[in-house]
Amino acid sequence: MEEKLIKLTIDNHVVEVPQGTTLLEAGKLVGIDIPTLCHIDLKGTCVKNKPASCRLCVVEVEGRRNLAPACATNCMPDMVVHTNSARVIRARKTVAELILSDHPNDCLTCPKCSDCELQRLVMRLNIRQMPYNDGEKSERKNEVTAAITRNMEKCIYCRRCESVCNNVQSVGVLGAIRRGFDTTIAPTFDRMFKDTDCTYCGQCVAVCPVGALTERDYTDQLLDDITNPDKIVIAQPAPAVRFGLGEEFGMAPGTIVTGKLATALRDLGFDYVFDTDFGADLTIMEEGAEILDRLKKFLAGDKSVKLPIMTSCCPAWVNFFEHNYPDLLDYPSSAKSPAQMFGAIAKTYWAEKMGIPREKLVVVSIMPCLAKKFECTREEFKVDGNPDVDYSISTRELARLIKRANINFANLPESNFDSPLGESTGAAAIFGVTGGVMEAALRTCYEVYTGKTLPRINFDEVRGFEGIREATIDLNGFELKVCVAHTLSNARIIMDKLRAGELDYHVVEVMACPSGCIGGAGQPYHHGNIEVLKKRCEALYAEDEGKPIRKSHENPDIQKLYKEFLGEPLSEKSHHLLHTHYFDRTIK
Amino acid sequence: MKTLNFEELIQFRKKAQADLNVRELSYAAVSEKSCGLAVGTEHIQLLCCGGTGCKASSSAKIVENLKAAIEANGIADKVEVIVTGCFGFCEKGPIVKVIPDNTFYTQVKPEDAEEIVKEHVIAGRRVERLLYVDPKTDTTVSDSKHMDFYRKQKRVALRNCGFIDPENIAEYIARDGYVALSNALQNQTPEEVIDIIKKAGLRGRGGAGFPTGMKWGFARNYQAEHKYVVCNADEGDPGAFMDRSIMEGDPHSVIEAMALCGYCIGASEGLIYIRAEYPLAVNRLKIAIEQAREYGMLGKRIMGSEFDFDIEIRYGAGAFVCGEETALIHSMEGKRGEPTLKPPFPAESGYNGYPTNVNNVETLANVPIILTKGADWFASIGTEKSKGTKVFALAGKINNVGLIEVPMGTTLREIIYDIGGGVKNGKKFKAVQTGGPSGGCLTEKHLDIPIDYESLGAAGSMMGSGGMIVMDEDDCMVSVAKFYLEFTVGESCGKCTPCRIGNKRMLEILTRITEGKGTMEDIEHLKSLAATIKDTALCGLGQTSPNPVLSTIDNFYDEYVEHVKKHTCRAKQCKALLTYTVNPEKCKGCGACARNCPADAIMGDVRKPHVINPFKCIRCGMCQSRCRFDAIHVF
Repeated sequence: MEEKLIKLTIDNHVVEVPQGTTLLEAGKLVGIDIPTLCHIDLKGTCVKNKPASCRLCVVEVEGRRNLAPACATNCMPDMVVHTNSARVIRARKTVAELILSDHPNDCLTCPKCSDCELQRLVMRLNIRQMPYNDGEKSERKNEVTAAITRNMEKCIYCRRCESVCNNVQSVGVLGAIRRGFDTTIAPTFDRMFKDTDCTYCGQCVAVCPVGALTERDYTDQLLDDITNPDKIVIAQPAPAVRFGLGEEFGMAPGTIVTGKLATALRDLGFDYVFDTDFGADLTIMEEGAEILDRLKKFLAGDKSVKLPIMTSCCPAWVNFFEHNYPDLLDYPSSAKSPAQMFGAIAKTYWAEKMGIPREKLVVVSIMPCLAKKFECTREEFKVDGNPDVDYSISTRELARLIKRANINFANLPESNFDSPLGESTGAAAIFGVTGGVMEAALRTCYEVYTGKTLPRINFDEVRGFEGIREATIDLNGFELKVCVAHTLSNARIIMDKLRAGELDYHVVEVMACPSGCIGGAGQPYHHGNIEVLKKRCEALYAEDEGKPIRKSHENPDIQKLYKEFLGEPLSEKSHHLLHTHYFDRTIK
Repeated sequence: MKTLNFEELIQFRKKAQADLNVRELSYAAVSEKSCGLAVGTEHIQLLCCGGTGCKASSSAKIVENLKAAIEANGIADKVEVIVTGCFGFCEKGPIVKVIPDNTFYTQVKPEDAEEIVKEHVIAGRRVERLLYVDPKTDTTVSDSKHMDFYRKQKRVALRNCGFIDPENIAEYIARDGYVALSNALQNQTPEEVIDIIKKAGLRGRGGAGFPTGMKWGFARNYQAEHKYVVCNADEGDPGAFMDRSIMEGDPHSVIEAMALCGYCIGASEGLIYIRAEYPLAVNRLKIAIEQAREYGMLGKRIMGSEFDFDIEIRYGAGAFVCGEETALIHSMEGKRGEPTLKPPFPAESGYNGYPTNVNNVETLANVPIILTKGADWFASIGTEKSKGTKVFALAGKINNVGLIEVPMGTTLREIIYDIGGGVKNGKKFKAVQTGGPSGGCLTEKHLDIPIDYESLGAAGSMMGSGGMIVMDEDDCMVSVAKFYLEFTVGESCGKCTPCRIGNKRMLEILTRITEGKGTMEDIEHLKSLAATIKDTALCGLGQTSPNPVLSTIDNFYDEYVEHVKKHTCRAKQCKALLTYTVNPEKCKGCGACARNCPADAIMGDVRKPHVINPFKCIRCGMCQSRCRFDAIHVF
């Protein structure tokens, strides 16, 4: 069926658009960039917020009594639209002034300074005065958690965080409370995050246009540790970091900066620069073994075996099932996340090797993630109060550190990660995207289970941005049913089915963030542009293709680790260091 | 009681009409002669107002005492006490009406009950002291027909209020209740019914005045598994109580109209969204719904037809914005009560995403009578574009506070001076506020415009749901604007920027002006900010919230300027601008003012003129109220 096109005029441009196109989208087609603030639409994912509430995108539609919000007004035939009439410009400016009148306007010291959508908008609207600045400011609560900082007096009530928390993640912690001028976004009854089901996925931070929701900053602590001569500080950057970091330095999205990343970390003063990718390969060894172990038991007729086995790399996902599915805690793999595995090995195997006492060693993870910050603080990941991973900084925090240290990132030479915890495979690289852990696990499981070499390394059937993807993999005649889900609302669908006994998979991968870690809450802000995420994804698969070794079990340093230290996957030592258990964390 | 089919309804109505006949006749022919058992009246009915207002003035106790007196005199077989809905003349409530002579007793107290029974019911002598006194002629008027308050009214939506017992479905049926539904189900297609509503020209009485028939037509056109009829009973304008009175006094008219609407749009589920602060209305609706089900007017296969329809009551928590239909729907869905952008209109995607038709109570109350009396009859009332009548809640500085219903096109002058009896205490009329927080203040020059949707809008106000507040020379128009804005600021859902922050900033400017700290730029700023809020706010609440400010600036600009430039408030309402002084020529030096001053601001020797220290004075007015010599002056 041929799509019906609608013809309308926007600022003297005649434009033809399909039915259902908004004025905002139609404007873009003819190069008219109508300013927006509350609106976000990460097309192709479920990240969407268009409450039409900030009223900054208002435009004049001839014949209409009042101004229309371009983000939520659909094109109609023969509409005549003015996006820049005096009436529109005046109204837009007044609305922006009103927003500023209930905003702290402490831009100079705001963590979002220069990356703030409100700031950009205000510059664009040429606001030079604050006509309402002696007015009252609404009262809001602030909070600093291990992962997220809430400065709610900066909140402009765009409600993107609320949309994401409810519609994308189905966590439902954030919502509007109170009325009128006192309205704010907060957990029910104005509770603190720590008293809620918050998973610290940080997607609220990822979409916040201003500085109301930001990451908990650990950069000052890191600088203290680096400059402390009594400390040995080692770095482990996650797979996804190298596909995003460049953006912070003006590089095009999708630029791979692995080599520069290693150099920059060294220049910052890290004593050793390792790689979480090593931990990722190790994860595949343990998790892969666990998958095969459960499968073998299942095939042998063991009714008590829990299937599907679910990945457990994503700390927000772990929080999610601990909060919401305490009855299903024995389904997820007991394997720790790559970063925690890395920390456990670094503070045992490597530290012993180097003769470094545990308390002298500081393991810092650089993550695309905010939930990792929380993960570090878990009691079960500590030995006598000393954490396996001391703390975690985000990709953005690393960028800030690099800038602070006067390092010209773009011109840095490339270098390699240190050995032995810096060697990794292509399988580890793809951990950073939805479907990546599954693909990495399949590469190893296939070869271990069948004893054959994979005919093709890529499992295209588990790739893509579709919310829930299924595939059947032939393992020597055994049909392995796998499923990949990203975002927690999709995870909820899977878990509800599991609870209802309607789930027919053997292995499930879950990542909390839309598109996986490349779209993590610690990454450079995507500002609603899906192309950014797509480019990061392309870069990630390119890195995999370019690696000489693309299967975790072929990583020579991993093999050495097992030979020298762990024995074999799922050995007693492995269990002790690389596996964990889960807790019922239902909010009562 | 078994359910009634079409045929049985006719039989039932005949019987019910016979029972109600005595009341109908007495209304038709007012008798000058008092009735009474002693003068040969065989059957007497005492109608007592059971509306919220009269109940607050102990009308339930009056009913109790009347019944006790009847019992004590052994005349229970000849005399009935019937609790009705609101008569409208709330100023004079509680009201007791005697049938068949149609005597209209006003401001009855529980202790008057015995006298009414002994003197009037038994002896046949009217209790003169309880009769209404016409302020113009200073003579008593025994029946409502001859009162100015009622003379110019035309009761359509309120046709049964104060006439029938709202808890007795038979009395509603006797007054052609459920005839429209029965007729539609038997003889009319949904399209035909919608056409009649369209032809009648009925428009939404909730405020915006959207044509009801058209709305029904839209909802009919959408196909879906479920459809809903929603009655918007979230009456929230300060001082407005027309919807409450209808639900309290004639709940079946709403139920019948909802069923008719369900028939027209293809819905079998109805929801009444009513604020929980209306317990009496809720209770009457519950009883009515129960009775309607019992008689087969609700439920499966209504009156033996193929049509199913039932109604559920949903409670609102009293948020003003939930009167906006999308916010109302979200509230019913269990979500935060805040509006969403239209389109999609509820007719396309409403309650739980299904096509939904939302009408306000008064709109619905008009529907059955339009269908029984015909579109032409209804269209013959009112103006060219606004047909029928409108109910107003008359309040403020007016003699006859109450609920009135007049044909569209009646002038404000007729309402205020003829029906309302003019401004209280002989003061000078200053303004009338219509449309609640969304409306504006109209002045002397607007008094002769015929009231309808368009003319009120053109005058800078709006119909709104029908609040009408009269103001006199003692009202400060800046303060009035501030009052309404305070209401809006408190009731804003907070969703969109202009309403959440813009109204707050307007209120801050207005507050400055009332404190004498305003500037002329502030007035200009108010105007431009108001214009932007109207132009950019998301829903009707925000888009109309500046109206009280704009209309007062338009019509009372001088008062604003006085506040700003002269720091005076001519109505002496803005405390910060008042100066209290002692007139030394009048002051006897008694010291009463000084003794009672809570701020210790008054000094003076005994028997010598006192003085007020303006820096200490908190302008509470205590000195003025205590002075016996009229020596305290305020300017």
